[in-house]
Amino acid sequence: MNFDYNEEQQLLADSVRRFLEKEYTFEARKQAVAGEGWSPRVWNNFAEMGLLGLPLPAEQGGFGGGAVDLMGVMEAFGEALVVEPYLPTLIAARLVARGGTEEQKKAILPAVAEGRMKLALAHDEKGARYRLDHVNVKAENGTLKGEKSAVVGAPLADRLVVSARTSKGIELFLTEKPNFKPYMTLDEMLAGDVVLNGVKGEALAGGLAAIEEAVDFATALVCAEAVGAMKFACDTTLEYLKTRKQFGVPIGTFQALQHRMVEMVISYEQAKSMACLACSKVDTAPDARDRARSVSMAKVKIADNARHVSQESVQLHGGMGMSEELKVSHTFRRLTVLARQFGDADHHLGRLAAA
Amino acid sequence: MDLNYSPEELAFRDEVRTWLQANLPATLRDKVANYGHLSKEDLLDWHKILAKKGWIAPAWPKEWGGTGWNVIQRYIFEEELGYSGSPPLIPFGLSMCAPVLLRFGTEEQKKRFLPRIYNGEDFWCQGYSEPGSGSDLASLKTKALRDGEFYKVTGQKIWTTLAHYADWIFCLVRTDSQAGKRQEGISFLLIDMKTPGITIRPLILMDGAHEVNEVFFDDVRVPAGNLVFEENKGWTVAKYLLGYERMNTGRIGESKRQLGRLKELAVEKMGDQRFRDRLSRLEVELTALEITNLRFLDRMRRTGQPPGADVSMLKIKGTEIQQGLTELMMESVDPTASDPFSVSVRKKYLSMRKTTIYAGSNEIQRNIISKMTLGL
Repeated sequence: MNFDYNEEQQLLADSVRRFLEKEYTFEARKQAVAGEGWSPRVWNNFAEMGLLGLPLPAEQGGFGGGAVDLMGVMEAFGEALVVEPYLPTLIAARLVARGGTEEQKKAILPAVAEGRMKLALAHDEKGARYRLDHVNVKAENGTLKGEKSAVVGAPLADRLVVSARTSKGIELFLTEKPNFKPYMTLDEMLAGDVVLNGVKGEALAGGLAAIEEAVDFATALVCAEAVGAMKFACDTTLEYLKTRKQFGVPIGTFQALQHRMVEMVISYEQAKSMACLACSKVDTAPDARDRARSVSMAKVKIADNARHVSQESVQLHGGMGMSEELKVSHTFRRLTVLARQFGDADHHLGRLAAA
Repeated sequence: MDLNYSPEELAFRDEVRTWLQANLPATLRDKVANYGHLSKEDLLDWHKILAKKGWIAPAWPKEWGGTGWNVIQRYIFEEELGYSGSPPLIPFGLSMCAPVLLRFGTEEQKKRFLPRIYNGEDFWCQGYSEPGSGSDLASLKTKALRDGEFYKVTGQKIWTTLAHYADWIFCLVRTDSQAGKRQEGISFLLIDMKTPGITIRPLILMDGAHEVNEVFFDDVRVPAGNLVFEENKGWTVAKYLLGYERMNTGRIGESKRQLGRLKELAVEKMGDQRFRDRLSRLEVELTALEITNLRFLDRMRRTGQPPGADVSMLKIKGTEIQQGLTELMMESVDPTASDPFSVSVRKKYLSMRKTTIYAGSNEIQRNIISKMTLGL
């Protein structure tokens, strides 16, 4: 039993956190969002720090890391509210690493690790409601037809990994990016609805089982990211309670608020425990059922507690909590999205009931 | 990061589990499983079985009968006790009075009391709360006036758990009513329950059970040698106990057993998705708390530091989970059933409301975290 990161993991998490504190201030982030929606310079820094190749095989310029290796990075990203399409690129690249031909891997993975190529996984469709087997996009003779919705990272992606239904079931394809209109999600990530109108796709090995594994892996990382965002929400609210004065005293002297602050911190700790469970289980679970169960348990807790912590952080800030000028409102937006990403609490309760 | 016990720790857990299964008498097991009443004899029988094995006081120093286990082993042992469904170990002697004597007692006091606690010869209870002093413990009024070689104690304690079984009571008493700070006039005194002037009145709780009492002291003569530590330094002693070994307040093992029981009871209700989701959420919360508990333990092992104030969250969440489990159990039994088991499940629900009130109410626990951990 050991809940520490190992030395390498800790060093990486520390250097990422230091970098973000210095270079990824709330102001800098605001400028990126108002401009291109991301920062190419930051992306290059991620590549230089080795973050983009972290979960990729060593033969393709990666480090062969698992979810636990990424956990500290995702926590730091959650605290800083990173908008660059890190997770979308990683999930898609991992699917290429697992299902691509040698040629595909060579063409894509070193480029991803070096920051020259970004990817996105186009899987969700309208009406899917988080069900992974809900795929209506059709593939015939390598030609894809249909529509993928809310593909996070798609506007910045150079290539897409797309799921489609074939005569054999659900399969994965690697495609060029068709034209579509980008938009910004509630938490200021670039996304798009991708219309596939006869786009050519190269087959990747791996069907629904590969998608389920990829999404469980990504869900565990979302749990870690949410834990980081919750940490910021707790820290900044505690700071506010100590400095904001009303009735001549800091509002943190009021017991009604003290107890709510304590409940927020407990929510954060409980969420962190479940993120540890999810990340270590996606790395080590003996089978898909065990992995899925742990991930769903974690996501139920993350969804519930992200909601609790984010709502309380805004309430305890009073009017300032509503203001776009404070980072806490942006953290609220991120936590609201993360609570639902890859399944809300109801979805994962359903998955637990079916298991 | 590795969330699993090491092979050595797993072997230890299996050894404890196997031994408990083999040595827990069936009559006691059945009583606990059916939420039945445990008599003083039941509690002492189990105490003595563990004492004979040498496992009754793992945390004590070895010279007094401790096992020499590390913090993880002690945690595993206590969780296994809960998981096994054995009668509870009454903490007042073993894990309250004894640690106080070990830290503050004289050699004579240790020799006099510790072996009798170990062997279950003395049954102890705790005299802290008073009618006017619950959460605000430092306001206590029970007076102890020095009179030569004796203290004369007059006053009243309340909510005294199992005072009607007890041979001894450890009390916080006021020895100086003029002290500048209220905390400075309090002393820690050991009192023989057979001393003339002590009267016990039962307080029956809403489940009909007799667990707690009022204890009245009317000019009770207590030898001055029964004072622990210095006069007027009792608050220091009480605070020491607050920080002592609070790693098992989450009662994870016990709740895991109850969760298993709930799933058996709820077979019929599990078709109801609304019920099932509530059960799932409770199971998730319990899983999270188990990991949180292990994280605290891991921190303690790594730093060698005693647990911080934030372990209060184990008590808060642990008791909320215990209450949640009994609530779902009550909903699982047939609402029209009036058999003894169904009745005892409903009474268990009533009884468990005490858990968020006793041992420092959950509101006091939040005050502690707020002040000590968050600096508010």
